[in-house]
Formats: sequence, structure tokens, C-alpha cells
Amino acid sequence: MTKAGRFPWHIVVFVLPGFFIYTLFSAWPLLDTLILSFFDQNDTGARWFSGLDNYRLVLLDPDLSAGFWNALWNNFKFFLVHVLVQNPIGLMLAALLSLKDLRGARSYRTLIFMPTLLSVVIIGFIWQLILSPLWGVSETLLEAIGMANYFDAWLGKESSALLTLALISVWQFVGIPMMLIYASLLAIPEELLDAAYVDGASPLRIFWQIKLPLILPTLGLVTILTFIGNFNAFDLIYAVKGALAGPNFSTDILGSFFYRTFFGFQSSLGSPTLGSTVASLMFLVILAGVMVYFWLVQRRLHRYQL
Amino acid sequence: MKAQMTKTALALLAALGTQAVNAGQLTIESWRVDDKDLWEQEVIPAFNKANPGIEVSFSPTAPTEYNASLNTRLAGGTAGDLITCRPFDVSLELYNKGHLADIKDLESMSNFSDVAKGAWQTDDGSASYCMPMASVIHGYFYNTEIFEELGLDVPETEADFFAVMDKIKAESKYTPLALGTNDGWETHQIVYTGIGPNYWKGEEGRKALISGDAKMTDANFVAPLAQMAKLGDYLSRGYEAQTYGDSQNLFALGRAAIYPAGSWDIAHFNTNADFKLGAFKPPVPASGDQCYISDHTDIGLGINPKSENRADAEVFLSWLASKEFAELYTNKVTGFFSLSDHQISIDDPVAAEMIGWRQQCESTIRLNAQVLNRGRDDLETTFWNAGQGVINGTMTAEDAAAKVQSILDK
Repeated sequence: MTKAGRFPWHIVVFVLPGFFIYTLFSAWPLLDTLILSFFDQNDTGARWFSGLDNYRLVLLDPDLSAGFWNALWNNFKFFLVHVLVQNPIGLMLAALLSLKDLRGARSYRTLIFMPTLLSVVIIGFIWQLILSPLWGVSETLLEAIGMANYFDAWLGKESSALLTLALISVWQFVGIPMMLIYASLLAIPEELLDAAYVDGASPLRIFWQIKLPLILPTLGLVTILTFIGNFNAFDLIYAVKGALAGPNFSTDILGSFFYRTFFGFQSSLGSPTLGSTVASLMFLVILAGVMVYFWLVQRRLHRYQL
Repeated sequence: MKAQMTKTALALLAALGTQAVNAGQLTIESWRVDDKDLWEQEVIPAFNKANPGIEVSFSPTAPTEYNASLNTRLAGGTAGDLITCRPFDVSLELYNKGHLADIKDLESMSNFSDVAKGAWQTDDGSASYCMPMASVIHGYFYNTEIFEELGLDVPETEADFFAVMDKIKAESKYTPLALGTNDGWETHQIVYTGIGPNYWKGEEGRKALISGDAKMTDANFVAPLAQMAKLGDYLSRGYEAQTYGDSQNLFALGRAAIYPAGSWDIAHFNTNADFKLGAFKPPVPASGDQCYISDHTDIGLGINPKSENRADAEVFLSWLASKEFAELYTNKVTGFFSLSDHQISIDDPVAAEMIGWRQQCESTIRLNAQVLNRGRDDLETTFWNAGQGVINGTMTAEDAAAKVQSILDK
């Protein structure tokens, strides 16, 4: 038997690969971005420390800040649509799927989850075609139910473009909350439900007062995952509206704003330092959101021992 | 068997050895994705006929991505040997950063006029960093069959233009104008700077705007925006979500009568439309007015100073200045007009018609291409949003002009 208290080398050996990969590909780039955001550079690529100057430019400068605040506000709207539409629908689908004698539950589950697996570029292209006023099927479909008058170029109007894109994203990702909630619904022990049934609770009451409190931690998790996903979103906007996020920046979110700042667009040239500042701000927004969630929500959630 | 393989290998080596004397590889960076086939099947083989042994590959990036990704590649040292140059400031910026070589002393540069060279020179003209390759001309295309069917004449003035569109709208199933505002850039680069020179008198107005003597809010800069505000009635339903590709298809399928065009579209419609294409120049305000056209120096080609095959790259540029290239390029890459001084014949009737406008009208370039785009705010995208907003009816012509002027004032 070896001496007690020997340094646990095996733990180091097991942790090291993960630690190495995480540091190299995640922690270091993040740190480097944060550092770069405090620098400024000129045309020749020479860099110097400029303190909080970049942050002042992005947040307060009368010319530049409008774009950032617009993107942030749009991003909140984008997130709000997901919380109000995607997650309730996900919950409803999960509740339906977990019904005991639903026929074809597996097929529905697979079909609803399928769009999540598709590339955003394909999703963007398909929806652009579906909604196209020239070649799309949506006008014909609305006509068939006598609602052709309600058809509009939703993706092209300032008033509706962002909402339309958010709903496309909801359509694509609704499978994820559905799966997570479905899994936690299945984890609820039968005895609890049986007991409630014997006590005379109606199915609706069982759902609201037994099942829902038990899956609240999962709902919280889904919300925070949606938050992180939405504030990092870029691909759908870029695939459908391009880097300019038109019309008139009405679909501009932090991701597309970052892209234009960092890489430049048309005659405006990109700035790696200013771009890093925007990226750092995105990180801070997400960090703040996650912290608020942990402190205000997570701690108050009551976990039941099942 | 083995002996035979060794022999083959030796023979191959020998073959390579003889070529290695001046064998270089050149990669061309470009945003002309549409021309990939033409370059690979026509231009490069023609170049290799005259200069065997230099292997050239054409590697384009999508137009909207080009500037950003080229910058990244140049900074990272992975860019190609020959760089296709955007006109004016975007390339000037590259030159200032040391990403384009000075080619002023290249002998073949004498084949170009000063106006052509001007798009790729420092402000004082002391250095030239790209060889002028081609310009594009803007105007309107029309479907001759629809015009015949409805008995329409080619419009000359603005009033004629709207009369023609009213007639198409009232008397036929066709969409008068194939234009969408989803992408935004067409509203500025084709429509505003295409129809505008007639109002701001071409170079005169453009230079006045640069010197600050004129303002965007002046009547002659607002007038074309006001004309654009009226276009919304003549577009197809849902034009707000109609992309540039949609507009091209709409016109190519014969569902629209008129198409605001850049000359580069000729090649597209020659292959995709089965009716006879016609072109007319942007209508003038009143009959008999001097006409102006947007004849935009659009493409140049420069050398990446970090290229390992600088000598070969210079050989390629010299060939670019030859009459052979001018003829080949203008005729094969229909709609791009060579900028060199050689007298060439043009086969395509629409291309010949458009280049003929150079004789009838005064040429100018896109309004904000030179000098004005400098500065932190992106004037170009502001113009796009202005054009988009005016046609969509979410912005008045006056407000749009004021918005642009506010950026010029900074």
C-alpha cells in the first residue's frame, strides 16, 4: 500500500489535456480580445495603449454609439421574442410529447428537432424563398385561406424585418427547449403523478402544480441558454440580410455590428481594436445576464429531491 | 516495372526542369465571381499563348466580402500576387499600408489616359498603384419586345420616362421597373449615381461637392432623390424584400419592362434572357439638355509587394495594357469597358450602344467615390440607406439628403 497523502498526479494528468485545450482555444483568445480592446492602432498597424478610449467611442461618441445602442436594443427584442415565443412553444410541445398514449410521438420529436440540425445558411435561404413576394409560396398559401391582403414583404420592411427573422430563428431552434424540457418531464417519478391523480387532481392541475414546479430549473436553464445564444447570434442575420443588416439597420444585432466594426464593410475599413471593444462589450453583456440569472433566479429556485 | 516508373519520374523531372527557368505561379484576387469561367477559359489561356510558363489562377471572393477578406489576407500575408483594385480610397488605403506596389514606372502605364489612371493614384499623383482595367457605364435596359408590343418609344426626358412607365403599368401585365430595395446598394450605385449626373452636371457637381462649394441639400442633388421617391409605384409588389438577384430574374423572365442597369449586367442577360435587349441612357430633366453618364472607373489590377513572383506579375500587367487584352476583355467580359487608349471593335450591340454614350454625353464617376468616402462614418452605406429609405417611402428626399450632408459636414 502506498503512503497516504501522496500528491495525486493522476488528477493532474487527467485535467491537463482539457485545461490545455480550453486555455489555448477559449481562455487565451478571450483574454487577448479583452486586452486588445484597450489598444488603438494606425494605418501601418502600430498599436499603442489607449485606456478606455475605445469604450468611450463605442458607448458615448455621438457618431459611433448610435449603431451600438441600436444593435443592443434590437438584440433585446430578438431575445424577447425567443423567450416569449420559443420557450412557451417548446414547453407546450414537450408537455404534449410526454403524454402517455400519444401516437407517433417519436416521429414528431424527430421532425420538430430536425431544423436545429440544418445549417443556418440553408434555413435563411429557404425562408427567404418562402417569404419572397415574387416567387414565394406564402402569398399563395394566405390566398387559399382568404388572407392574401395580410401578405407583405415582411423581410424588407423596417417595422417587421427583425420580428420575422426572430420567428425564423424560433422555428429553427424550438427543438432544443423542447428536448430539454421533455427530458426533465420524463424524469418526474410516476409515484408523484399517481399520488396526485389518486388525490383527485385534474390533468391540468397536475401540470401546473406538480410538473411545472419540478421542471422550473430546466426552464431557467433554457432561458439562460437562449440568452447566450441570442446575444452571440450573427449567422441568420448575415445569411438573410447581409452584413449591413438592413433595411436601415433595423435588423442589426450585436453580432452583425461587431462584424462591420471588426472586418469593415464596403468603403469603411475594419478596426481590430474597435472590433475587440465591441466583442468585449458583448462578452460583458452576456456575463451580466448570466450573473443576474445566477444571483436573482437560480438561488431562489427550489430544487426538489426526486 | 520499377525501372519504368523511375524512367517516367526522370522524364517528368526533366520536363519540369526545362520549365523551371521562368515558371512562376500567380494568383489573382478579385471580387468578380461571375467572371471566373471567362478568366479561366479565355483570358488566362490567351495570356499563356503569349507568355507560356506562367501559371495563373483566378481566385475570386464574393463582392460584399471582398474588401474585408482581402484586408485580412493581406495583413496575414496569405493574399495572392495580383490584387484587383477597387477605385479610389479603398485601394489608396491599401497602398498607404504597403499592400500595393508602386507601378508608376511600368512602361505600359503610358497606354492609359490620366482620367483612367486617376482612380488609382495618390492625391498628388506621385505614385500609381494599380493598372486601370475597366469601367462600367450605368443606364437603363429595356425589353424591346414589350416596348414593341405596347408601342412605346425610348424615353428621353424624365417626363417621358414616367409617361412610359405609367403606360406599362396601366395597359399591361408587366411590372414597369425591375428594382428591389432589399440589398440597398443598387439604389445608390446604379440608380442615384446613374440618374443623378444629369442634375448635378457630372464632374462639375461632383467636384463642387468635394470642395464644399455645393451641398447634398442643394436642389440638384435632391432632385434625383425626389425622382427615386416616385419609383416605388412602378415596382413589383413587395419590392422591399426583392434582392438584386430577384430583379435580374424578373427582367430576364420577361416579367418586367425596364431594368436599371450597370453595363456588367449585359453578360448576364445575354445568357439568361431570350428577348432582344435594348439600352437607353438616364433621362435628362428637359428635352435638349446636355446629358451626363456615370462611366465609373471600376476595376484596376495591382501587385502585392510581398509577391514572390514580382517579375511575372509585371509581365502580366504589361500584357493587361496590350490591345489584345483590351479587345478580349471588352468583348468577352461584356459590359466592362477597357480603359486603355487602343482603338477596339465591339461586337455586342448593347455594349456598343453604351460605349457610344461616351461620345454623346459627358462622363463622370460615382458621386462619392473620390475623397468623400474618407472619414470614420461610412458615407457609402449612408447613401445606400438613404436610397433604400427614399424608394421605400420611409424617408423623404430632403431628409435623406440632409442625413448624407450631416456626415459630409463632419
